[in-house]
Amino acid sequence: MKPATPSSMIEITLDTIRREVPHQFTLLQACRSAGIEVPTLCFLDGMTPASACRICMVEVEGSRVLVPACSRQVERGMVVRTDSERVRLARRMVMEFLASSVDLSLAPGAQEYVNRYGARPERYGSKDLPAPATVAQPVKVDNDLYVRDLSRCILCYRCVDACGEEAQNTFAISVAGRGFDARIATEFDRPLPDSACVFCGNCIGVCPTGALIFKSEHEMRRDGSWDESRQTQTDTICPYCGVGCALTLHVQDNRIVKATSPQDHTVTGGHLCIKGRFGWQFVQAPEK
Amino acid sequence: MHRGAKLYVVDPRRTSSARWAHAWLGLDVGSDIALANAMAREILDAGLQHDAFIARATMGFDKYQDCVAPYTLEEGERLTGVPASLIRQLAHDYARASRAQLCWTLGITEHHNAVDNVLALINLALLTGHVGRYGSGVNPLRGQNNVQGGGDMGALPNKLPGFQDVEDGALRSKFERAWKASIPPKKGWHLTGMFEAMERGELRNVYIIGENPAQSEADVQRAMHLLEGLDQLVVQDLIMTRTAEMAHVVLPAAASWCETEGTVTNSERRVQRVRKAMEPPAEARDDLAILVELARRLGHDWGHPTAEEVWDELRSLSPMHAGMSYRRLDTMGGIQWPCPDENHAGTQFLHARLWEEPVKGPRALFSVVEFEPPVDTLTEEFPIRLTTGRRLDSFNTGVQTRAFASPLRRGETLDISPEDGARYGVAEDEVVRVTSRRGSVVVPVRYDAGLRPGLAFMTLHFPDEVETNRLTIEANDPKSGTAEFKASAIRIDRLDSGSAGRRDKEWISA
Amino acid sequence: MDLRLSTARESAAEREAVDALLGAEDREASNNPGRDLLLPALLAVQSRAGWVSEGALNYICRRLDVAPADAYGVAGFYRMLSLTPRPPAMAYVCEDLVCRLKGSEDLCLELERRLGPPTQPHRPGNSPWQRSACLGQCDRAPAVLVTRAGVDPEQLSMLETNPSQVLTAVEGRSLSPPPGTDRKIPQLDQKALRLLRRVGRVDPSSLSDYCKHGGYRALPHALHLGPEGVLREVATSGLLGRGGAAFPTARKWEAVANAKAKTHYLVCNADESEPGTFKDRVLLEEDPFALVEAMAVSAFATGCEHGYVYIRGEYPLAAERLAIAVAQARANGFLGARILGSEFAFDLEIRQGAGAYICNSLEGYRGEPRTKPPFPVISGLFRKPTVINNVETLANIPDIVLEGGKAFASLGTKDSTGTRLFCLSGCVRRPGLYEVPLGTTLGALLDMAGSVPEGRTLLAVLLGGAAGSFVGPEDLALPLSFEGTRAAGTSLGSGAVMVFDDTVNPKELMLRLAAFFREESCGQCVPCRVGTVRQEEVLQRILRGEKGSRKQEDLALLSEISQAMRDASICGLGQTAASAIQSGLARFGDLPAEGKR
Repeated sequence: MKPATPSSMIEITLDTIRREVPHQFTLLQACRSAGIEVPTLCFLDGMTPASACRICMVEVEGSRVLVPACSRQVERGMVVRTDSERVRLARRMVMEFLASSVDLSLAPGAQEYVNRYGARPERYGSKDLPAPATVAQPVKVDNDLYVRDLSRCILCYRCVDACGEEAQNTFAISVAGRGFDARIATEFDRPLPDSACVFCGNCIGVCPTGALIFKSEHEMRRDGSWDESRQTQTDTICPYCGVGCALTLHVQDNRIVKATSPQDHTVTGGHLCIKGRFGWQFVQAPEK
Repeated sequence: MHRGAKLYVVDPRRTSSARWAHAWLGLDVGSDIALANAMAREILDAGLQHDAFIARATMGFDKYQDCVAPYTLEEGERLTGVPASLIRQLAHDYARASRAQLCWTLGITEHHNAVDNVLALINLALLTGHVGRYGSGVNPLRGQNNVQGGGDMGALPNKLPGFQDVEDGALRSKFERAWKASIPPKKGWHLTGMFEAMERGELRNVYIIGENPAQSEADVQRAMHLLEGLDQLVVQDLIMTRTAEMAHVVLPAAASWCETEGTVTNSERRVQRVRKAMEPPAEARDDLAILVELARRLGHDWGHPTAEEVWDELRSLSPMHAGMSYRRLDTMGGIQWPCPDENHAGTQFLHARLWEEPVKGPRALFSVVEFEPPVDTLTEEFPIRLTTGRRLDSFNTGVQTRAFASPLRRGETLDISPEDGARYGVAEDEVVRVTSRRGSVVVPVRYDAGLRPGLAFMTLHFPDEVETNRLTIEANDPKSGTAEFKASAIRIDRLDSGSAGRRDKEWISA
Repeated sequence: MDLRLSTARESAAEREAVDALLGAEDREASNNPGRDLLLPALLAVQSRAGWVSEGALNYICRRLDVAPADAYGVAGFYRMLSLTPRPPAMAYVCEDLVCRLKGSEDLCLELERRLGPPTQPHRPGNSPWQRSACLGQCDRAPAVLVTRAGVDPEQLSMLETNPSQVLTAVEGRSLSPPPGTDRKIPQLDQKALRLLRRVGRVDPSSLSDYCKHGGYRALPHALHLGPEGVLREVATSGLLGRGGAAFPTARKWEAVANAKAKTHYLVCNADESEPGTFKDRVLLEEDPFALVEAMAVSAFATGCEHGYVYIRGEYPLAAERLAIAVAQARANGFLGARILGSEFAFDLEIRQGAGAYICNSLEGYRGEPRTKPPFPVISGLFRKPTVINNVETLANIPDIVLEGGKAFASLGTKDSTGTRLFCLSGCVRRPGLYEVPLGTTLGALLDMAGSVPEGRTLLAVLLGGAAGSFVGPEDLALPLSFEGTRAAGTSLGSGAVMVFDDTVNPKELMLRLAAFFREESCGQCVPCRVGTVRQEEVLQRILRGEKGSRKQEDLALLSEISQAMRDASICGLGQTAASAIQSGLARFGDLPAEGKR
């Protein structure tokens, strides 16, 4: 974002301190520029906020309810509290709701929030209480490139948006169903190879919880061989076409185990196609 | 598109992009110049040309105007098969747009008149002033991660690094001083020229780095024959390709994009760093080490330069790369050339000088180019136009992409319109024989409603199963050396018995 | 876009149903009909075939250029659409609070005995009945909506019904209304009615009868006053929105009237679905021309060229009568170009709802709420400035225009001007729709309805529907005004007044409320999607009363769930999903686990 001219700065109060911020900022941007950390789960820089997870709620004086920092634009004179009792309760409950219904074990960020806000998901069911409803379900394995482990899905909408207008414009997946039964699905829950999916993997790239995951990573985790302490990450450029997408190669024991793309990269902002995301096997193929 | 841009797709096939477009102009293969010239004539008729730009920044307009005069909309429709109204619509929208780009790929350049095709498009940009300004321009989209960089580094028969002409004595002597060696003063052969030289017996020893001509050349039987006849063939590659299998010496190389350090340059002239993420297999060495070792054995000690040292030498000799230190490439996420010094941010678009008053340097030249149909003519014996291309999940001859299990991959097929399927009595999945004037293959049929009757499509991704390039014609553009992969004439024959040839049966290329 | 459709094809009947809406397919046409027709197209197939097959979905996608996954997500959102085969005739049996009191569970038991277990929404099943949330017929409970798919699809609301009537309807060849469903309001003999003055007195299908009874006087007067004049009168009137949020109508209108963006929309929210609420249905069924006139006045004042009435899918009679009214109004120059010979042009479309949030539904998306701000007056339907008003709110407009805002403001209280419709249901002798000046006490209103039956005592009143709260016999002096209820910590909400006497088990009420919110949650935001499930689970734990030692902890937990849903949910549904339950727990929390029936 280019630096704002003084005339477009407005004054707001963040946690009792008055600050000048550019008028087009969201509350999240304002907080970050002031060094105030606001937790986020569904929000991702560069994508339109879905405002669905509600972990980033803050208290704005005069508002009946809390407001999502990720999407609310600052207004002149706003008085904002980012860590009040009300705010902490809402965040703690959001994490309790998620941790009690979704498998967050591959979402380190979310686990950190569980601890930070003192969420106690066991309140909804433990050994002497009926088990609470969860989204647990079998892993969907219908192709050789990536799997869908929707037991880990927090419905952040990122994958749907990345598959749709925000990046790929393929529209292979959508939110289907309703309420607690809402889930990410292809039409009539068809397997991905029968759907419009073009296997760009941009959904994997934006998934914050490991619900969408490389099949290679899924299998290595299952057989216990996935070990991030033995992995390196190296930025390079995709070997295929002339677009020049940046690739981050995750290498373990001298084998590429997955490829990601930095979201701040100039050329495609972290998005790839099937060849860049998955087409690196040839450097470690037996015939090479 | 979501923000209001208009997209026109000009393609013989109704591709996925065409389905997103405001309009699709499904032209006959190889009629691009007729379309461009008809658009130009219409733009001129409607008075939509950029007179001030033409007057200030261009040369040769009068001859161009005369050249396009016969290409009326009706003539355009006759030559291209695109309705005149659509040609008119595109001409008007292109000329009236505040910003407009022409982007193309191999559909323009894999023709016997490839350079003329490009010139016809450049003419349109000059006519309307859609060049040298932000958001406007002519833009060849590159098919490989370093097509641009290869040329930039002098991997062209007539250029030294940085597009410096090898036949220019002053430039050549700059390199000779730096390299302490003499450089042949004449330009060399391009790929096609090399094969012609092999045919004449003038080229007997070939050293190929990272290319698979035994499968990628048009009229591949001829290419194989010529490679087989060499005194010595040296192939340096990271994969044991078909070409490597024919070599006398194979030099196993590291993968340049993940096992070595260096740079590549993308379609927008952005130089970016590639980095070593892993060790190459035991016997493989990186390209630089192989070349240095080869030099040493030939009696030249080049030391053991790092990739960065080689790059810095390039920067000292190529002014357009001078400002691109590794450090800057790292921190800036790549830099677009020209970047003459270390305070320069790189160049987002070229040719801005054409908008200066007065224009600095030479004016841009309109070219007189005429429509010429493809060389491989359609006849009663070969009534179908075959065009070749790529699919999303595969890359060229497939040596890289066959290693991953793409759910999108269907193997090679002959794609034809359902109408042609009915006309020639071939069903989907039926294996048929496809024959051109050069050879034949057997391949299963697939219907594609995006193809018009009379047009067939194949890829070159599965040469081990179906050698599509047995069909293609080695009709080369004299200026660029590109073969006319996009236009062959074929016929489809059913295999003998009615039950023969379902694709699930064993079948091999003939 | 590049659509990838499976090979499943539509049947001739499905194609016919879609083509009847969209016109025949023209493959050469470059423009597709708008995506906003997605829901109407899906409903067309549903009512023709009884469900939406993959082939039908593909055909709709092709016609509207919508990706099949996207359309599947939309179709699977709405309860009135089925993506698996269903019998042609389906009975939707209301199981909500009031119908429950009037025997809907017995009805369900009998249907289950005769027809097998009910079909679950969004799940495969071929049983011809399913349970439903409130159908908006609480004054004539128990209520059942029967739909019959076919060439001439039928929908029938069955009131005060019984199992044999329902069985006849789903098993018969066509639907015929059972006897005794005349719809008279309890206040029919009263002269001073305003909103209800024509209800039960005019022929709702006759424009001339409407005009004879005072209709179409406000619109010419509005044209005479000019937009500013109308806005001034509405501002003077102090009219507050009657949908539940009580936002000043004039402020909405002025914002849209002054919005610079071109194309303003007027949307009438007739998607009444708060349990216990049926006022908008009565207005639509009995006085539909009044809404058409009021919308024209509103559009004139706010510069709207186009209007939509988003009408609840469960209101077939209302939709039918409104359609007649719109057609007659259009034919007689009250809608369309040059209305009443002026420069003013306005037309409106009726869109049948299938539940949930209006702008997204009208545009053909899942019925998920949007984050506000921006508010609809800035960026509403199709991201344009949009007035969204409730039916009852609009019904006040003609009088305000004719009599002046001042006269309107003289009714009711200082801060709650005008009259208000209240939907009396449950344990009262004369359930039905009542119009009283705002500020009337709860006791007076209950007296009008004859209070609880002989020999019973009042237990509680659920004021404002599921999103409201319980008040008790000690609250009979409560003035029914916006400020009066606010001061008492409750709200008028949608005008639902559900009355419960001492025969009612309040725990069942609370469990049903919890189930209602779980079922209605759209699933978009975490607090509501998971919170409504957790609320029901913990409530069941408490009311089952097995582990008394946990009760205090669980009550505290429920209260935290409640606060998180209220503070952090995107929309009003989640924000109010705990309000009635919390007030119920405060009131009934100490009752023994096994309540009396």
